[in-house]
Amino acid sequence: MTILKNRLFWPVAILVALLIVNVFTSNQFITLQDGHLFGTLIDILRGSAPLILVALGMTLVISTGGIDLSVGSVMAISGAVACLLIKDLGDQNAVGSVLLIVGVAIVVSAALGLWNGSLVAVVGIQPIIATLILMVAGRGLAQLVTDGQIINVQSSPYATIATGFFLTLPVAFLIAMAAVVLISVLTRRTALGLLLESVGGSPSASRLAGIRAKRIIVMVYVVSGAFAGLAGLIYSANIKSADSIAAGNLIELDAILAVVIGGTALIGGRFSILGTVIGAILIQTLQVTVVGIGVPSKATLLFKAVVVVVLCLSQSATFREKVFGRFKIRTGVPA
Amino acid sequence: MGEPATNPVLEMTGIRKVFPGVVALDGVDFRLFPGEVHALMGENGAGKSTLIKVLTGVYGIDGGDIRLGGEEVRIAGPLAAQKAGISTVYQEVNLCTNLTVAENIFIGREPRTFGKIRWGAMRKRAAELLQRLDLDLDVSAPLSTYSLAIQQMVAIARAVDISAQVLVLDEPTSSLDASEVEQLFRVMRRLKADGVAILFVSHFLDQVYEISDRLTVLRNGQLIGEYRTAELPQVQLVEKMIGKELATLESLEDKAQQSRTKSAAADPLLRAEGVGRTGAIAPFDLTIHKGEVVGLAGLLGSGRTELARLLFGADRPDQGELSLDGKPVTLRDPQVAMKRGIAFSSENRRTEGIIGDLSVRENIILALQATRGWTRPIPRRKQDEIVDKYIKALQIRPADPERPVRNLSGGNQQKVLLARWLITEPRLLIIDEPTRGIDVGAKAEIQKLVAELSDGGMAVLFVSAELEEVLRLSHKIAVLRDRRLVEELDNTAGVDADRIMQTIASGATS
Repeated sequence: MTILKNRLFWPVAILVALLIVNVFTSNQFITLQDGHLFGTLIDILRGSAPLILVALGMTLVISTGGIDLSVGSVMAISGAVACLLIKDLGDQNAVGSVLLIVGVAIVVSAALGLWNGSLVAVVGIQPIIATLILMVAGRGLAQLVTDGQIINVQSSPYATIATGFFLTLPVAFLIAMAAVVLISVLTRRTALGLLLESVGGSPSASRLAGIRAKRIIVMVYVVSGAFAGLAGLIYSANIKSADSIAAGNLIELDAILAVVIGGTALIGGRFSILGTVIGAILIQTLQVTVVGIGVPSKATLLFKAVVVVVLCLSQSATFREKVFGRFKIRTGVPA
Repeated sequence: MGEPATNPVLEMTGIRKVFPGVVALDGVDFRLFPGEVHALMGENGAGKSTLIKVLTGVYGIDGGDIRLGGEEVRIAGPLAAQKAGISTVYQEVNLCTNLTVAENIFIGREPRTFGKIRWGAMRKRAAELLQRLDLDLDVSAPLSTYSLAIQQMVAIARAVDISAQVLVLDEPTSSLDASEVEQLFRVMRRLKADGVAILFVSHFLDQVYEISDRLTVLRNGQLIGEYRTAELPQVQLVEKMIGKELATLESLEDKAQQSRTKSAAADPLLRAEGVGRTGAIAPFDLTIHKGEVVGLAGLLGSGRTELARLLFGADRPDQGELSLDGKPVTLRDPQVAMKRGIAFSSENRRTEGIIGDLSVRENIILALQATRGWTRPIPRRKQDEIVDKYIKALQIRPADPERPVRNLSGGNQQKVLLARWLITEPRLLIIDEPTRGIDVGAKAEIQKLVAELSDGGMAVLFVSAELEEVLRLSHKIAVLRDRRLVEELDNTAGVDADRIMQTIASGATS
């Protein structure tokens, strides 16, 4: 039963179970309508895009043994910058200008990542503290950008990022998938993945093997910042406004959870991009399911917690040994 | 001395332990009598660690039984083992160095009244306990103020105080120097006299012969036999451990002798003039020629490693000049050194060598990949080719490139590290304690490899605490003492271990 031993077996099993629940509880699970797909499944995919993006960056950061708590704040800043600039456009529907602004927002986010990375790799501050700085200060920064207001925009090209469809699929999900492909290629087709895992697995051994860890560490925080910025744009485009308080609130915790569900250890080393994507979609599905099966809103967080506990227990070797160990069939090796 | 008069305190019979795909222990018997030191011998992967882990409750068993004091027991876990009277002190000391000596001894079982710790009583009892082992320590000083050897003895004191029937010492001497080993042995003899049964594991044959009464040899998970140490000559013991004769070791000596004269005429490769680093090593001069094996000898902490690290850029010298091929160089960091053809394998295999989670393949290509940078990956086919070649050449076992290197034995991990550096095709290979904590067979293989590399024109800086090994391999020996290079000797006929010991003991000779 090697399939049972696969790290991703339980997350996938629980994801499938939740999706099956949704087939019964939702009015429409998936249909084709007005030239694009529609239904609960599509909502899940669309809704999971920001979390997938943030969790991707988080995966790389965690694989180096670090953590990025500032992703939610970066989302808020990115959305705020974009909305502020779009609001001042003569024609908010000018595609070229909106694209340029999107680029600016992502560059700003990457610069914030550079700040995090420098604090960690150059100054040598512990990642949790280094990124805590921007986590706290970032929301303030976003509020400064928006002058404490919620900025509303009326730009259909901007809204397309979150609500548009392309080839029957939600644009937001496609963006997330493009990011997944980009990161997979970047880490697995080059030696970046190996060097990341090496640095996370043992920084001192990596140094003596000639790996210059500083650049690599700075780079993952930059990627994390840029992806958080992109996630912030999707969030803000979805509500057509910049909300510095709510944007990306507590998303760092969901992202860390997605990474862990996906089988990447918090102490660094080996990471799994596919695992993270499954983890992120699982968390989003869970959120949708909770609403779908009519759990009272007061109890949703608790329900989510229970599922997470079950999931974590299923992944714990010690727990499995304790519970299933005694029923184990002695296959062994023929003597 | 015949069969010990008493009954065994511990008797393991027909122990069988199976891991997926491997029979780690196959019907192994093991007996331990009160008041004896019993050495458990075998190559890496022979099953020594597994047997110890079975005994200490880390692993369950798939067959056989364990009797303690004549009664059959089931050891459910480390805590149960401790309660049953079996204590273990591992190679890496599992104590909190930031706490005091007394706290470490009584951690988790402090003498209390109404929940309040009685510090005075604790210190008094700790001092008494240490006194019994002939140790005179300040029990209220933090453990970190004492040497590793003392820390280990504190761990032993703690272990004996918890339960004093069976004491398992797993490689306790691997990071101790000669006088510290002597100190440890005194403690062991004292415990033995008190009737404690000691299971001792060490790769140092001399130590085994000095301290143990009997020994049990394992090979490939099977029991080879139980012997009286005094009745089994060393050569026979080694043959029993590796299961073949010691031809490789013998022939090596002649080889080194032959090539000894050769390299003095070769061109200098790396020259250090007045290179030093405050607090690590006093300024030294050293020249390494092409194809030359330079041995670094000295006690633990004499600056051997510190010197080696400066030549690799692992630490930066704060004075002096390094030149390579006659041109001055600054080794800013390891990568710069690697690009100039220098390789360095650290003595700390676990923390500065292998990356445990990564596979054998990934560990082997790591250094080569690092010099190429992440944008230029080594094509997978090329990787497999290189890795296969070195797994075969160095006989890395198991020969599975995708297995996490963590699961390999120490000797095989060391070979993986050697492979990592050899594929970078260095001109100077610095190896720090490559044979520490590995078995005789692998040791001979590694020594042979060093000799071959040197014949092929590679310069080797060989750092080892074992004089015999340094003497066997080196063309030239640099002796260190108190963080100072005190003497440089050509390894000619008149040079032997005594001669070097003399230098180590007394400083520069006249």
